[in-house]
This record gives sequence, structure tokens and C-alpha cells, in this order.
Amino acid sequence: MTTTEMMTFKTEPFILNFGPVHPSTHGVYRMRATLDGEVIIDIEPVVGYLHRGIEKLAEERTYSGFIPLTDRLDYISPMSNNLGYCLAVEKLAGIKVPERGDYLRVIIAELQRLANHCIAVGSFLNDCGAYYTPFMYAFRERERIIDLFDMVCGQRLTYNYMRIGGVSQDIPDEFLPALQKLVKRMPRWVDEYDFLLMQNEILLARTKGVGILPKETAISCGITGPVARASGVNWDLRKNDPYSIYDRFEFDIPTGETGDCYDRYRVRMEEMRQSLRIIEQAMKDIPAGPVRADVPHLIRPPKGEAYARLEAPKGELGYYLVSDNSIAPYRCHIRPTSLINLTALREMVKGWKVADLIAIFGSIDITMGEVDR
Amino acid sequence: MTVALSGKDIAGRLEEKFPGSIEESGPDSLVVKSDSLLAVAGYLKDTGGLEFNFLNYITAVDYYSYFEVVYQMTSLKHNHSIVMKTRCYGRENPSVPSVISLWQAADFQEREIYDLMGIKFEGHPNLKRIFLWEGFQGHPLRKDYL
Repeated sequence: MTTTEMMTFKTEPFILNFGPVHPSTHGVYRMRATLDGEVIIDIEPVVGYLHRGIEKLAEERTYSGFIPLTDRLDYISPMSNNLGYCLAVEKLAGIKVPERGDYLRVIIAELQRLANHCIAVGSFLNDCGAYYTPFMYAFRERERIIDLFDMVCGQRLTYNYMRIGGVSQDIPDEFLPALQKLVKRMPRWVDEYDFLLMQNEILLARTKGVGILPKETAISCGITGPVARASGVNWDLRKNDPYSIYDRFEFDIPTGETGDCYDRYRVRMEEMRQSLRIIEQAMKDIPAGPVRADVPHLIRPPKGEAYARLEAPKGELGYYLVSDNSIAPYRCHIRPTSLINLTALREMVKGWKVADLIAIFGSIDITMGEVDR
Repeated sequence: MTVALSGKDIAGRLEEKFPGSIEESGPDSLVVKSDSLLAVAGYLKDTGGLEFNFLNYITAVDYYSYFEVVYQMTSLKHNHSIVMKTRCYGRENPSVPSVISLWQAADFQEREIYDLMGIKFEGHPNLKRIFLWEGFQGHPLRKDYL
């Protein structure tokens, strides 16, 4: 057969199903990819496999009774979810958190960011083909942070530590020395990743210029967090709309320029360093005193609505609450960072190969618990 | 700090530009009639000085006599935000125009509201259930769903 004859072969798009149970889908995400050979023409995301109706469940629980369910949203960073919900109820009911409670919240939330980025970076490298070695390195660090969480609340995954008006209990005496040790060691670990990976030829080839998300698309698609910042959107709620006591700390907002997978990876690495900076400052200034305001078990916020948001590790996480002056929220909507960050995936993967799809998807860093709720 | 703009002030400006488009306005939010929603949203997004280029979230609340669809927008340039709402009356076939042509962020969120609250978004290119399966009866976030 001549080359010309081969060229006239009839070809047709091929539909490939990814997931929902697939190691690279980070949970139970499914996509139907339409392929032309190995090139992606289009993808259709299919979600809902982990839908538990958490927003509906909120309407049947008391305000404080809903906190444990927020752990089950983004189960990679439950502390941030706890905090976001508590901020919303406090805004609705006009509750003020004592100073020490605020400091503890900031320390814990930043530790949570570190733990989340450990998983985000680790599993992203896994998706890029650095099979399980960096992942285990990242888990080693995360383990130290989980030990600290265990110390403050006795839990390793679903913490339920934040309370309306503060945190559930004060830290034990051994917490701050252990934290000090971690803060001292952690930068060395982050540098170790850099040393191993930042200049790695294979990683650069797999991530540089791959899956570019332009700034305008990022804004239009409502993308937030490290993904948006990697595309050059200089927007971080800790700086632009400071909640809790973030206005007291000095830190930088790392941003990228091209918005490719490499930038998203790099921004996360840099954010880990900045989080350590915040923790160091908070540790130094933490005052003595109560950790929780005197809030009754059953609160009845006045009629009205409130939206409180925070910079969760994955982006803007918000809770929209409507109160009808009863003991349960009339409506509780959760702004799902992970779901909205997926909006741009379709645009990002068009024209790339299947292997790149895995890398691009991994670089967004989503949790299915939050996508499906 | 993000400044929450007063719904009353913005409503005054909108009333001049689009007479009869505002149903209600308060210090925190403004309620737009659903037939002029798209025009108002486009105006809020593109007018200099407002430039709400970022859609934070869309959600819907069931108040029995009507559904309220809530949009919060932020301008990343001016760092201010506004809450815009629209109401649809009647439980049989509520619908509002889709804002996906203005903000792509509306894509999954409108599908979610359609799925769980049963509000149709006219002009959405792919309006089908997102979390629940095809053939599911009812819309669970409605207050009369048990």
C-alpha cells in the first residue's frame, strides 16, 4: 500500500471512558474523552458519584451540628472547611472570636494548607509518572502535620476542631514545641523536592507549556486558588479580603506567568514556604486567654443571610447561609472550589494527548467530596 | 478589603439605565426582574467603574411562594462586590435566563441548581442533571421534597 493510499483511510473519533474508578481521577471522577488517535478533541465530565446531599442535610441539623459534615466535603483539608462554615455562622450571628482562638485558627489553617499541598504536589507528580516516590516523600511530611492535628483534636482525618466562636479546645503543652520543630525542618524538606524535581528534565518536559490556562479564561471560569494565581491572577483572599486576623501577618502571594502545569506546581511549592512564614509569626505572637467565645449550644441567628469565604488550599471556599431565626439553617450553600475549578478543564485539555490530560487534571488538585457534596 | 457595594446605590443607577428592571433593593442586595436579568448582568460586568468580572457563586433558595436565584459578583480590579438576585414565581416550570454567556463559571453551577432545585436556565447549552442520575424524580433541595 502506498503512503497516499494510507492517508485516505477513513478515521473516526474514538470515545474513551476514564473512571469513575481510576487511580488518576483522584476519587470518583469520570470523563468521557473523545479522541482523534491520541489527541483529545473534547471531554465531557461526569460527576455525582459521591453526592450525599450535604446541603440538604444542613437544613435538618443545628448550626453546630453541621460542623462534622463539613469535614466530609474537602476531606484533604477538613480544617479549612470547618473554618469556612464557622466564619459564616459567626458573620450571621455576630459572634466575636477571642484573640487566642483566632491565632490558633490561623496556625491550624496554614498547617492544613501545607498538608493539602503535600498531597496536591505528591499526587500531581504521581500523575506525571514519577510513580509513588515523591508521593511517599510528601506523605512523610504530611504525616508530621497530621500528628500535630491529632495532638489538638484527637483525629487524623475528620477533625471537627473549629467551633462557632473559636476552637473546641486549647492546644496541649507539647504542641508548640512540636510545631516549632516542624517549622524548622519543613523548609529543608520543601527544598529537597525542589532539588529533586524543579530541574528534572522529564518533569519539565511533561509540565512546561502543558495545559495553559489564560488569565482571562481563569477569571471568566471563576477559577481561584493556586490554579488562578499560576495564570497570573493576583488574587488571594488572605490579602484581598482578609478574614480572621490575616491582616496582621507578612507574607507574599506567589504568582505564575504562563499558567501551565509547571507554574501551578511551582506556585504550590512557594505557597508552602509562605505558609511557614505565617505560622512562624503567629507562633511568636500567640496570646494567652480563652480559645472560644461563650456561645450556647443552640444558637438562633437573626433572620437574614450571610456569605463568608476564605482562601482554602484549593481556592475560594464560601458558605452562603440563610437564617429564619430557628435553630437550623434555612438554606446552606457551599461554594465548591473543586467543582468550579474544573470548569476550565475542557478548554485546557483540548489538543493535548491522553497522558497530558492526566497531568493537567492532576495539576488542578480537586477533591471529589467537594465536587459532589 | 472587598467593599460590598450598596444594593440601593446600584439599583438607582440601573433604574436609570433599564427602567422597571429592579424589583426590590436593600443595603446588601438588589432583586432584578428575571426578564431583564441578562441585560443588567451584562451592564454590571462591562461598565467602567463597576466591572464585575468574577462570578463568585450562583445558588438558589426555595421560599415556597417563589424561588430566589442569588448571584454574587466581585470585581477583581476594584475589589468590590455585589449580590444580585432574581425571583421566579410558580413551582411548575420556573426559569431564569442563563448567564453562561457572560461568565463561564455559571456552567456547572446552573446545572447543579437545575438538578437540585428544578429551575431551568434558558440558553444554557448543556442543561441536564449533574449530580443525580437521568430519570431521577423530583428536585431534592426544594422545601416540599421529602
